[in-house]
Amino acid sequence: MIAFLKHQVKTFGLIELFKGLAVTGKYLFKKKITVRYPEEKTPLSPRFRGHHALRRYENGEERCIACKLCEAVCPANAITIESEEREDGSRRTTQYDIDMFKCIYCGFCEEACPVDAIVETRVFEYEFHERGPHIMTKEKLLAFGDKHEAQIAADRAADAKYR
Amino acid sequence: MFDSLQAWLSSFMYDWLAVLITLLIQAVVVIMPVMITVAWLTYAERKVIGYMQVRMGPNRVGPGGWLQPIADAVKALTKEVVIPSQSNKYLFIIAPVLAIAPAVAAWAVIPFDANGVVVANINAGVLYVLAVASIGVYGIVISGWASNSKYAFLGALRASAQKISYEIAMGFALVTVLMVADSMNLTDIVNGQKGGIWHWYWIPLLPMFFVYFISGLAETNRAPFDVAEGESEIVAGFHVEYSGMAFAVFFLAEYSMMILISFMTAIMFLGGWLSPFDGIPGLEAVFGWIPGFIWLFAKVAFLLFLFLWFRATFPRYRYDQIMRLGWKVLIPVTIVWVFVVMIMEYVKLGPWFN
Repeated sequence: MIAFLKHQVKTFGLIELFKGLAVTGKYLFKKKITVRYPEEKTPLSPRFRGHHALRRYENGEERCIACKLCEAVCPANAITIESEEREDGSRRTTQYDIDMFKCIYCGFCEEACPVDAIVETRVFEYEFHERGPHIMTKEKLLAFGDKHEAQIAADRAADAKYR
Repeated sequence: MFDSLQAWLSSFMYDWLAVLITLLIQAVVVIMPVMITVAWLTYAERKVIGYMQVRMGPNRVGPGGWLQPIADAVKALTKEVVIPSQSNKYLFIIAPVLAIAPAVAAWAVIPFDANGVVVANINAGVLYVLAVASIGVYGIVISGWASNSKYAFLGALRASAQKISYEIAMGFALVTVLMVADSMNLTDIVNGQKGGIWHWYWIPLLPMFFVYFISGLAETNRAPFDVAEGESEIVAGFHVEYSGMAFAVFFLAEYSMMILISFMTAIMFLGGWLSPFDGIPGLEAVFGWIPGFIWLFAKVAFLLFLFLWFRATFPRYRYDQIMRLGWKVLIPVTIVWVFVVMIMEYVKLGPWFN
């Protein structure tokens, strides 16, 4: 009988409903977690895997030695490499294409690379509106690496002790 | 106010023309603010629910996103109204009109302030609102039928069954108000509550206040009683097949019904345009300068906020639970309270019965 009355008081007193309202009422005044994207940005990890780049040594020599390990490891078959012997006798790439539509941004190419030539940068704000520009050629990748070298080097240095 | 306008107009034109123009002006004066309120009520809804979910809601169009309703309106107006090939085209077009017409017609008897700031101060105002508001069901039934879609049909069945069931509880809740007020005129009902916050009818009729507001939620098919548009089951309910402005008209109807229910609740239980500080010696003088309609709008704004708050808080009822709540809980409670009010009336209790 007591239990029955208790239940009736609870039900008709709308106790549970007011509890629920208190919860949402409290959240009304909480700090909002929304990030207003173009104006505000979330912090990125040094390991962030975005747009690819080919790096150079400090003397301007390109790092890539056309070992084709990245091409072999790429799970999406996004990388195409052709190589030839240069006049000075070293092996260099003549073609280094990444199909950005195929790429799944797994980062295996970066891990496979013995000379840290191909890297993924923290640049993620780019887009392609047609077929064609989505093939990242060697020239474009090298130019991209030159442009962002400071950030790339800083990210590698920050992550070096975990590698 | 409008009587003098009509007198002035009829001084240089036909009488019937003067009456017609006065009526048109009255309609515009009442309906335009309602429609504008609806527009920004949708914005408020998205903002409030967003804030309760610890996000920001619309904040792109204009500062703080407050131009969002205009963007929405432009979008709705420029979109095509798709008429399904298997539908009954005439009913399909008429249904939104039938939905919105009662929602705006009911505003005729709502008083906004003392001294008769009301389009039609008729002495059966409560009955008029009840009658006109229930006609809104036809818009829903016809839209569901004319769409020739099983989802729309199921949604229409659910919505209309729900509306009709809760109308009974709502009617009984109003009966108690009429018993206390001894009048069906909305202005008289408010005037009967004069004398401070404890003279308002929400105290002797507290359960009816809750019943009325809950029935109002169900009447307008709002959360937690919005099974009529249960996304996971029947897509969007009776208006699945509607697009563009035809859909927006249903939207307008739903939201203006929401505002209407809030106005009715404020008028019948929360003292309408009466100041809550009346009868308190110091505060009465301090707040005396605030005009009545501000108090009414503040109360309505609070009740509308409750609508949004409930939507952000409560999960949707199951359909059979809605029917159980309506028929087995709310209606018995209201009937019991009719008898309680009868006794209170008999013993002339408190400041409410005299």
